[in-house]
Amino acid sequence: MAHSNDAREALMIGRRTDGTTVRRPLSPHLQVYDMLQMTSALSIMHRISGAAWSVGLIFFVWWVAAAAAGPEAYGRMAGFMGSFIGVPILFGITAAAWYHILAGIRHLMWDFGYGYDIPTTYRTGWIVIAGTAVMTVLTWIVAIVAWAS
Amino acid sequence: MIEQQTRLQPPLGRVRGFGSAKNGTHHWWMQRVTSIALTPLMIWFAFSIAIRAGEPWEVMAEWIARPFNAVLLVVLTAIGFYHTAQGLQVVVEDYIRPDRSVMVVNMAIKAVLTLLALLAALSIIRLAV
Repeated sequence: MAHSNDAREALMIGRRTDGTTVRRPLSPHLQVYDMLQMTSALSIMHRISGAAWSVGLIFFVWWVAAAAAGPEAYGRMAGFMGSFIGVPILFGITAAAWYHILAGIRHLMWDFGYGYDIPTTYRTGWIVIAGTAVMTVLTWIVAIVAWAS
Repeated sequence: MIEQQTRLQPPLGRVRGFGSAKNGTHHWWMQRVTSIALTPLMIWFAFSIAIRAGEPWEVMAEWIARPFNAVLLVVLTAIGFYHTAQGLQVVVEDYIRPDRSVMVVNMAIKAVLTLLALLAALSIIRLAV
C-alpha cells in the first residue's frame, strides 16, 4: 500500500474477504469493468470520443484562423487536411463527433427519465453504434462527392 | 423518505440551494443545456463543411463571412469550447490526484481553450466585418 498525503485516500482503502487491504480505484475506472459488456464499453467510449474531439478542435481553429489569414495560409491548411495524414485524422474526428453526439442524445434521454431497463439500454446502444457508422459514412459521401465535382 | 432527517432544511432545499461549494447543480445543468444547443449547430456545421469540401479560399472565406453563418459559427465556438472545458474538467477531476494537481491542470486546460476560442471567434469576426 503506497503512502499518501491525501486525506480522502482513507476512504479508498478496502479489505478483501481474506482481510488483506486493497487500494480502491478513483472514479469507476477501466479496470473495474468487464469490457465485454456493451453498457460500460459505450460509457467509456463517450468519454474517449469527447476527449478526442477536444483535441480535434485544433483543426477547427486552424481552419478559421487560416481562412482569416488569407489564401496562402488557407492553401497550406487545405493541403494538410487533404493529405494522407489529414484525411484519416478528419475521418477519426468525424466518427468521434457523431458517436459523441448520438451517445449524448442517449444520455439526455436518460436525464429525462427514459430507457433505463436493460433491453432498452441495449437497443439504444446498438442504435448509437449503427447511427455512428451511418452518419460518418454519409458525411464522407457528401464530402467526397463535393470534392470530386 | 426512509432516511431520518437530521436538519431543519428539507432535502429539496439542499439540492436546489447550493451545497458547500455554492455551485449546486450548475455545472451538471450547463453541460446538458450546452449539449442540447450544440446538437443542431454541429449537424448544420458538419454538412455545411462536407458539402463544400475542396472549395478554394474565396468560396470558404465568403461562406464564413455571411452574417448568418458568422453568427452561428461564433455561437458554435463559444458554446462548443465551454462544453469542452466542462467535459475535460470532469475527466481531470475523476482521474487526477491530489487536489492541487487537479486545480493546476484545469487552469491550464481552460487557459488554452480560452485562447483557442478567442482565436477562432476573432478569425470569424474578422472575415465577417
